[in-house]
Parts: sequence; C-alpha cells; structure tokens
Amino acid sequence: MLAFIVRRIITTIPVMAFVALFVFSLLYIAPGDPAAVIAGDQASPADVERIRASLGLDRPYLVRFAEWSFRVLQGDLGTSIFTSLPVTQLIAQRIEPTLSLMVLTLIFAVTIAVPMGVIAAWKAGSWIDRGAMAFAVFGFSVPVFVVGYLLAYVFALQLDWVPVQGYTPLSQGFWPWFKNLILPAVTLGLVYIALIARITRATMLEVLQQDYVRTAQAKGVGQREVLFLHALKNAAVPIVTIIGIGIALLIGGAVVTESVFAIPGLGRLTVDAILRRDYPVIQGVVLMFSLVYVLVNLLIDLTYTLVDPRIRY
Amino acid sequence: MQTSLPAPSALAAAAEPGIKPTLGRLTRFRRYLRRHPSVLIGGSLLALMALIGLLAPLLWTVDPTAIATSRRTRVPSELYWFGTDMLGRDIYSRVVYGARVSLVVGFSVAILSSVIGLSIGLFAGFVRWADGIVMRIIDGMMSIPPILLAIALMALTRGSIQNVIIAITVAEIPRVARLVRGVVLSLREQPYVEAAIANGARTPRIIFRHILPNTFAPMSVQATYICASAMIIEAILSFIGAGIPPATPSWGNIMAEGRALWQVKPHIILFPAIFLSITVLAVNLLGDGLRDSLDPRLAKAL
Repeated sequence: MLAFIVRRIITTIPVMAFVALFVFSLLYIAPGDPAAVIAGDQASPADVERIRASLGLDRPYLVRFAEWSFRVLQGDLGTSIFTSLPVTQLIAQRIEPTLSLMVLTLIFAVTIAVPMGVIAAWKAGSWIDRGAMAFAVFGFSVPVFVVGYLLAYVFALQLDWVPVQGYTPLSQGFWPWFKNLILPAVTLGLVYIALIARITRATMLEVLQQDYVRTAQAKGVGQREVLFLHALKNAAVPIVTIIGIGIALLIGGAVVTESVFAIPGLGRLTVDAILRRDYPVIQGVVLMFSLVYVLVNLLIDLTYTLVDPRIRY
Repeated sequence: MQTSLPAPSALAAAAEPGIKPTLGRLTRFRRYLRRHPSVLIGGSLLALMALIGLLAPLLWTVDPTAIATSRRTRVPSELYWFGTDMLGRDIYSRVVYGARVSLVVGFSVAILSSVIGLSIGLFAGFVRWADGIVMRIIDGMMSIPPILLAIALMALTRGSIQNVIIAITVAEIPRVARLVRGVVLSLREQPYVEAAIANGARTPRIIFRHILPNTFAPMSVQATYICASAMIIEAILSFIGAGIPPATPSWGNIMAEGRALWQVKPHIILFPAIFLSITVLAVNLLGDGLRDSLDPRLAKAL
C-alpha cells in the first residue's frame, strides 16, 4: 500500500514537470521584451541590454527554466506586470470565492447526479430514464454562460429571490454567502451533473445485471438498499473517477461563471490577466489549477483502495 | 467495430444530384435513420445551421458590421427581427453570419485534431520506445484543463479565427491521441493482426490495411464530440475577449457585447445563446446516434 502511494506520487512528477515546462515556455515565447518594458521608453539599447543581463534574461533557455522552477518550488511565482504585486499574493486574495464556488458545485452536483443516474438505471427505458438522459444531453449542449444568464434573469431579476451578481465572503455569515453562490453553483454544476449522471447510469446498468444483485433481491432486501448499498458500492470506482476528471470542466467553467456573476475569484483574475497580457499571472493561474487537478486525481486514485477493498497494490 | 455503416456513402450519393443512389442503399439509409432518430434530428439541425451560414447573404440580412448610432439597442421588431445592439448593428444579421464562425471553428478543429491525434496515437501505439515519452507528454497536456490551455495559448497570439482554431486543436489533440493509442494497442493483440505480422506484412501495410480502418468508428464519434466542445470553447474564448476579433460577428462576440446591458436588454444575449445551444445540441445528438449505431457495446459504456 505504502509502496503504491509512493509510486503513484512519483508518476505525477513527470506530469507536473511537463506542465511547468509548458507554462514556462508560455512566458518565454510570449511577445514583448520584459527588459525593454522595465527599462522604459527613454532607455538606450545599452541600458536595455544591461537590465537584461541583470535579470538573467540573456542566459540559455534551460538555465532559465531551472532557475524559474527552483523559485516556483520555493513558492515564488513572479510578479504581476500590471499590478506589480507578487502573483502568489494575487492568487491568495482570489482563492476563497473560487474554492467556495467549486466545493458548493461539487456537493450540489454529486448529490443530484448520483441518485439521478441510479434511478435512471433502475428504471431503464422508462420515462424517468429518458427524461434524465435527455436532461444530460441538454446539460452537455447548453453552454455555461447561457445557463447562467437564463437563471440569473429568472431567479434574480424577475423573481428577486437571490442577488443578481457579486460575492459575500463566508466570514460574513453562511446565509449571505450561500445566497450569492447558489445560482453560480447551479450554473456551473449542470454540465458536471450531466457527466456524472451518465456514467452512474451506465455503470449501474452493468452492476444491476450481476448475480449478487439478483441474490439480494431474491432474499428480500429492500429495493433502496439493493440499489444504494449493494449496487452503488460496486459501481463506485468509475463514478469517483469521473468526478475527479470532471474537475477540469469545473475549472474551465469557473472562468466563465465568475464572469457572468461578477465573482471576484481566480476565473476573473485569469480573464483580466488575458486582457492585459499579464503573463506571470496567466502562468501562475494555469500552474496552480493544473496542480490542483493533478492532486485531486492523485487523491482519488488513492481512495480507490477505500472504495474497493479488492484493489490491492 | 465491423458493423457496416451505409450512412456516409449513401449520404454522399444523396447529396450529389448527378449520381443516382441505388434503391437498396437508399432504403437501407432510411431504415438506419428510422432506427437512430437522433442521427436524423441532429444531422438535419446541423445541416440547417450549415445552410443558414452558407446562405447568410441571401437570408434577408444586412451588413452585420454596419454601425448606426441612431438605432441602438432596439428590441426585436418587424424591422429588426432580433433587435439591434449597442452600436445599432442588426442582431439578426450578426447571428446569421455568426453561424459561419462557429461551424468553421467546430469542423476545422474536429478534422485537424482527428488527423493529428490519429497520427500521434498510431505512432505511440506502434513505435514502442516512443510510447512512454509520448504518453507522458499527453498526460501532462491533459492535466491542464482544456479551456485553460486554449486561453493560455490565445494569450500568446492575436485574436483571429486561425489562432482560435489552432489553440483549441492543441487542447483537444491529447484526447484523440490517447483514444487512438488505446485502440491500436488492443487491435495489435487481435489474431488477424498477429497473423498478418506472421505473414511478413510490413508495418505500413498493417497500419493502413488492418489498424486504420478499425479506428474510424471510435474516431468519428470522438470527432463529433470534439466539434461540439470546440464550438463551446470558441464561444467562451470570444465571450471573455480572448477569441475571435470583436469586429467579426461570432455568437461568443455578440454575447460578450451584450454582457454590459443584459439586465435591461436581455435579447442581445438571448438570440446568439439559442443558436449556439441548438447547434451544439445538434452535434451532440449526431454524436450520440453515431455512437449507438456504430458500437452497441460502446453505447453502454459512454
């Protein structure tokens, strides 16, 4: 078990190394000369050259990559060109709204999607099943911002149940925080629900044909127990896997959802950074999101042993 | 995998008026469509959108970039079917022309990433020493969420249709390559491939004669999903201002322009949103139908 954990952690190293190389190359090949920007309009070519040397920008690609990686490992993601603040500080300021949004979406989506998939598989072919799967196709097809504006128009503008836009920190109470986040979470969760419900249904269909399910039914175990204890437990591995892979959808969707609902999170930071061509910030955000994504999936791999004791490494 | 698929050939024959399809083929095609209604619905909707994009100048549109400050943010009326935007441009014309951008981006990305991903997947599946390296790179690329990857690439370049297509293609290639590699690895173990190898068939012959034809079924399904995802990513890129240049009417751009006014003039966002959703839905339906008809086993798994 320990050997597996160590081995699995080691396999993430080349993956993260590639991501780091990609992200570094982004700044390396980005248009614009940082030395010239820092030197200003009045500088002579000699001045620019001197600044370039003092920043170490004249050294070879791999040397600079090594130095940059070393700094990143120490938690230094560089300085934003636009705000002159450290990128880590900018990310730290924006992390709470995004984390709140994602965790809320995750909880909301899983509690809806898994029972939906289970019931769809149980009643396969019925109108419930058809309805659930039609919903899944719609979930995949209607883009995030369309859902967002639609929900905001109906529930915030017309019905006035929740605030239209904005974010209230959790420190100001659970209810205001929740009220501001519920529409964005539903918006962001739709694709995710579609994805998880589909996989849950497909896996459950397979599991429900197993002999032990028939045995459980034959000995008079209640339908709910058969579905959620006997069957779902054995369908857990693919479902948990897709929940992990789907985090990529959440990250991409958060960028849009935060724009629609004016949430000051990492997604907005990314959009602002793109518009201002603030490459260090773009680098930092991509690196951080990818790290989170890789770590979540690493954790999920490790939880397989808990979900399914048959998996031994 | 070897299920006969009359659709493409029959479709091609039916599309060209010069060639009369044989009755048998047409009947088979009809039966296929009846058995897989989502192919029929998705295909028809998509064809309709393509027609709209193709015939845009003939569909009672005006110049989609013509600015007229005297008629800003009009609500839909008999004169301006979908209303006008902040610069007084006719939204109906912009939405109709916007179909071109979405379809061009969707299809280009689907074709490009299929071809490149197929080559990489075949390479990784056949050249064993390269497999490890290629797969590590693919793992690395797949650990960056696709939209973020496309955004990062767009940050490097100027917004243009070509750059949007390239950025989304790069973000989609890993998925295709991984799929193809998996198919290749499982096909290599098949007795008929082993027999061909034992017979002394050269690698190119094995690839083109035995492996490649069998990748087409899963590839065509994957390509439709990529097409749908590319359309959404294009709209997202344009929406956040990192995609198609604002002057070009694209559904994402129209929505981006309507953003500031959406609370008072929701129609600016509504119409491109409806068109985008219908188009993506059509492509997804087509993909689901193809998947169900090409491989019943895959239908359950996906």
